[in-house]
Amino acid sequence: MLKKTYENIDSIGRAILSIKAEDVHNKELAEVIYPSGDKAFAQVIALDGDQVTLQLFSGGFGVSTDCKVRFLGKPVQVGFSDDMMGRVYSGNGQPIDNGPKLLSDMVRVAGPSINPVKRLIPKDMIRTGVPMIDIFNTLVRSQKIPIFAKAGEPYNRLLANIATQTDADVIIIGGVGLKYDEYHYFKQRIEEAGSKSKTIMFIHTHRDSIVEGLMVPDLALAVGERFALQGKNVFVLLSDMTQWSDYLRQVANAQDQIPANQGYPGDLYSQLASRYEKAADIDGAGSLTILGVTTMDDVTHPVPDNTGYITEGQFYMKDGYLELFGSLSRLKQQVNDRTRDDHRSIMNAMARLLSESEERVKAQKFGSVKDDYSLRLLDYRRTFQKELMDPFRFLELEDALDLCWDILAKHFKKEEVGLSSKLIEAYWPEKGTFKILKHKTDE
Amino acid sequence: MKKAKGKVVSVNESLVGVKIIEGAVINGEVAYIVIENDKRLKSEVIDVKPEKMVYLQVFEDTGWMKVGDLVEFTGLPLAVKLGPGILGSVTDGLQNPLYELAKKEWFLERGQEVEPLDNTVKWHFTPSVKKGAIVTRGDILGAVPEKLFQHKIFVPFSLQGDYTVKHIVTEGNYTIDEDIAVVEDANGTTIKLKMAFDWPVKKPMPFHERSVPVEPMPTGIRILDALFPIAYGGTACNPGPFGAGKTVLQHSLARHSQADVVIIAACGERAGEAVEVFKDFPELIDPRTGKSLMDRTFIVGNTSSMPVAAREASVYMATTVGEYYRKQGLDVLILADSTSRWAQALRETSGRKEEIPGPEAFPMYISTLISAFYDRAGVDILEDGNIGSLSIIGTVSPAGGNFDEPVTQATLLSTGAFWGLSRALSDARKYPAIDRIDSKSKYPSLLREEEVSFLIELLRDGKTIASNIILMGEKGITDEAYILYQKAELLDAVFLQQNSFNDVDGVTSPDRLRLMFDVVREIIETPLAIKGKEAIRSHFNFARQAYIDWNSMSIDDSEFEKQKFQILNLVKKRAYAKENV
Repeated sequence: MLKKTYENIDSIGRAILSIKAEDVHNKELAEVIYPSGDKAFAQVIALDGDQVTLQLFSGGFGVSTDCKVRFLGKPVQVGFSDDMMGRVYSGNGQPIDNGPKLLSDMVRVAGPSINPVKRLIPKDMIRTGVPMIDIFNTLVRSQKIPIFAKAGEPYNRLLANIATQTDADVIIIGGVGLKYDEYHYFKQRIEEAGSKSKTIMFIHTHRDSIVEGLMVPDLALAVGERFALQGKNVFVLLSDMTQWSDYLRQVANAQDQIPANQGYPGDLYSQLASRYEKAADIDGAGSLTILGVTTMDDVTHPVPDNTGYITEGQFYMKDGYLELFGSLSRLKQQVNDRTRDDHRSIMNAMARLLSESEERVKAQKFGSVKDDYSLRLLDYRRTFQKELMDPFRFLELEDALDLCWDILAKHFKKEEVGLSSKLIEAYWPEKGTFKILKHKTDE
Repeated sequence: MKKAKGKVVSVNESLVGVKIIEGAVINGEVAYIVIENDKRLKSEVIDVKPEKMVYLQVFEDTGWMKVGDLVEFTGLPLAVKLGPGILGSVTDGLQNPLYELAKKEWFLERGQEVEPLDNTVKWHFTPSVKKGAIVTRGDILGAVPEKLFQHKIFVPFSLQGDYTVKHIVTEGNYTIDEDIAVVEDANGTTIKLKMAFDWPVKKPMPFHERSVPVEPMPTGIRILDALFPIAYGGTACNPGPFGAGKTVLQHSLARHSQADVVIIAACGERAGEAVEVFKDFPELIDPRTGKSLMDRTFIVGNTSSMPVAAREASVYMATTVGEYYRKQGLDVLILADSTSRWAQALRETSGRKEEIPGPEAFPMYISTLISAFYDRAGVDILEDGNIGSLSIIGTVSPAGGNFDEPVTQATLLSTGAFWGLSRALSDARKYPAIDRIDSKSKYPSLLREEEVSFLIELLRDGKTIASNIILMGEKGITDEAYILYQKAELLDAVFLQQNSFNDVDGVTSPDRLRLMFDVVREIIETPLAIKGKEAIRSHFNFARQAYIDWNSMSIDDSEFEKQKFQILNLVKKRAYAKENV
């Protein structure tokens, strides 16, 4: 296809450029050529007669009216090959690790969604070794699930743990708005875990333009989807999707879109959904699992709120703990009846008692908790938090289940826990015979 | 009329501006934009402007479209094909069967259109009119067996006036593409009729004789059937924050509601949830018919990552199919999940059209559209005296879980039952997490009115005492109040809550509901002679345990009656004789 170059730039904004041109395709890739000969990528986002609006991958700063725009006759694509393993790419798909450029197949970015009838009902548990996940909100292959946490919580550590402790064939890290030390942390963790040869990183840090940040999930997911179609079980980590949504807000604002809630564009839900929905267990192929991070102060904020409606649950991290309430795995029921026969029952019993203790916490503030049962509930709550809610305590599922029984036996009588006599007979530890729980408490 | 042609002038995501070259354009008609020479993208005229400009909303991704691309108008509004073969199928928002599309590609590539109904199937048609008969729209020409029903073949509802049957085929096997009758109007114009016809999705099918919804539709969910019922032909909404159990509730309704036909409009929600339905339902047996649950089900899936503009189409298409099966004299239930995603799609398009936004940037007309949508539900007394009904249950996904937003508010005004889902209840693992105090319904319950008031009063009392306990502790209230509180808790735990994973407890028949209510009422009305909070709590723990065990026993179980008396004895043992006080 003939590649035409145009020179009559009309306007330049923070991330947007407008120019008169003909025969241009919607979503076509273009390059902005600076008088110095430097080049930067841009993509067509709207057409109106001969007026073409482009989104600038490197931002509008420094773009001059005597820059030229060359339309490249192709959509945005990303390289795809096995040689990408161990490499690091930027938000416009270029290597940033000083390694060689690769000759690889190019694959489309932000392609259509998979036909729902090609999806399988997810059915494989992913063992993470994190008790709050494995017992209470089991992670399932092909799930899309973010960590909800305040900025500064150790969510990236948990993300890296899960990625490296599990059996993923391919790990793709999509970093959006990372601080440099966070990027460095991911790199280091992947190397330490010996996972580098199965990991690809797409990294956007704060020094890069927001448009590149916006591209990161699409690149990561396009490459991930390809590996999944080849039969691989792929993990895509996206951190942090709140920053990503913020970039989306900035770009929408620059295009004069009418804001819906708190300045976010009205299509925030659809935009997030078209990324998260790439997670799939594909009939006759592999799977793509998405673990994200959504930083937030308040769960009713538009980003966590819209995300919650899209993802299959969330892990809620607070004060360094993984919380039970506020966390949810919508797919756990698909797998937790096939682990150990006490799994579902003990999960429910533990949760019910914890919920009961929450009420006592409220009442305690009024000084009205004095009876023995309530005091035991409050003790139970403390043990639960200490023993189970640490996201960095590694326990095999079976050990974690045994630990639950230990905790129940420590604080309750058999008839207080609401479990069937059959299970109690099989699993209730007699006093002094705890399997996992330390006998002496250091409270 | 000559069909119009035009050229693309502007492209802004799904909104495309077109300059008309020739012909007249109808607002609402379907057009195809031809890109890359041969890909035809379906779209709909949503705005006609001066200087021969029209705006289309495109139901597909507009990537690679160019200024100057050809646009072919069809002269026809967006329509759904109605005829035998709909039940059991799964389509996208534009009635393309997904299993057919999957034969070609992994992905939903754009520009693909497939016959909505299988035109190779031979249906066994039995005529019921004779040559020479005078017929009007909605009259029955004959019938074919479809899954569980005799599917009536109508004189299309689009025909006006009287027609004479000139020819009707004999009993035999025909496809939906074959002519089965020829009719002639008063002017002598003949029309060939097939077993399937098109109907515009946005045009409500006329009622023959509209009636009021009064008969409760059993859902198998006790809190609904007892306290907040829906009637055949009625409407309900279940707003709730994410994670409060909207989807689980919808799935339960899809499986257990006593409707003849269930239509699931998966609008802008997770694909995985629709997948669960259409992969599980074929394996599940509907106890009412003994056949596969999929036989009564139709699924329209325009899930969240499919083109946004087709969300609206998917909701309307489901509704039109529902109206058609109502005309068959059946009780149809539509589950629309989620109407908020449809509203958001309208908001996106409205924004691109640069309309002046209303609250939260939703278009001003959102409430009118929502009420008009729910108004398509209702009871119809049909031409042949049979009664058909269409009920709609819409999910609402309010931003931040706050019900004070435009879509929830408009929906509350338009629906007869409101099931508010609560995150607090779902955190406490109380399924269904339907707010016991704030929910309401204007439809009659399976219980008597007096019985419903009795339950609601107890729940209110229980709530008041619960907040006193938090403030003052258990010691701060009397034993009598504590007993009342425990009774409300018991009612909640054994009657309002259900274990959705238990085959027996997960669904309750009307007969069993009656039985359960009578027992729970007897427990509640028995005055107790127990002193001390610890003793009271312990007593209710035992009662609850016994009742929950009973809940999971099938009525046919030999232990069933025994367990019932055990519960009642347990309570009566601790009762005091009134005359002694």
